[in-house]
Amino acid sequence: MIEITPDKIDHDRVISCVRRDSNGAVAVFLGTTRNVTEGRKVLHLEYEAYRPMADNKLSEVVLEIRQRWSVENIAIVHRIGKLEIGEASLIVAVSTPHRKDAFLACQYAVDRIKETVPIWKKEYFEDGEVWVGSEFSSTHS
Amino acid sequence: MSCFSVRLFASYRDLVGKSTVLMEMPEGSSVSDLIIKLSGRYPLLTSAPGKLVIAVNYEYVDHTYCLTEGDEVALIPPVSGGSK
Repeated sequence: MIEITPDKIDHDRVISCVRRDSNGAVAVFLGTTRNVTEGRKVLHLEYEAYRPMADNKLSEVVLEIRQRWSVENIAIVHRIGKLEIGEASLIVAVSTPHRKDAFLACQYAVDRIKETVPIWKKEYFEDGEVWVGSEFSSTHS
Repeated sequence: MSCFSVRLFASYRDLVGKSTVLMEMPEGSSVSDLIIKLSGRYPLLTSAPGKLVIAVNYEYVDHTYCLTEGDEVALIPPVSGGSK
């Protein structure tokens, strides 16, 4: 299951989507929006994706994982659009027969998503906004 | 000459003020040629043209990639859900 969506992430739905009676583990990573960056108060955030490239790159991450670990199911849902503080922007859920593979595969997925998937995050502060990772920022005049 | 639409996202779109720019390039141009022309037109875009990350038809390519008419070119700003 791979989704890029403006809708709120329903983690119960994602977890039940990957869980199987034949598996002993589901590892879940939930990325949530933070209210402070380098001492500056963040008001809200915005995520933007280049589609369908972002969807293709998420599928590639799933393939890489299946080549490395014995994974029964994997779900990745990335939210886009405007997010308030404390909301989930990313969920990765991996089900495996044994827990070690679940932890490893889940961490690998999150790391690769942040390296290869063209999704960008903008943080809005009281006095300006910044695309994270960009060398540029803009300030309200 | 061939015409390419170059898609801009996130910080690059904000810098240029457009989500797509049209670039006319001679036949057989490479991604590197396109970047040189783009940097000339939009100097704000990058202080390091050699480091720009480019995707063509939804795949990352290196700067030697030879463009063909109809390719969708995209400038990919640093991808960052945050490294921390």
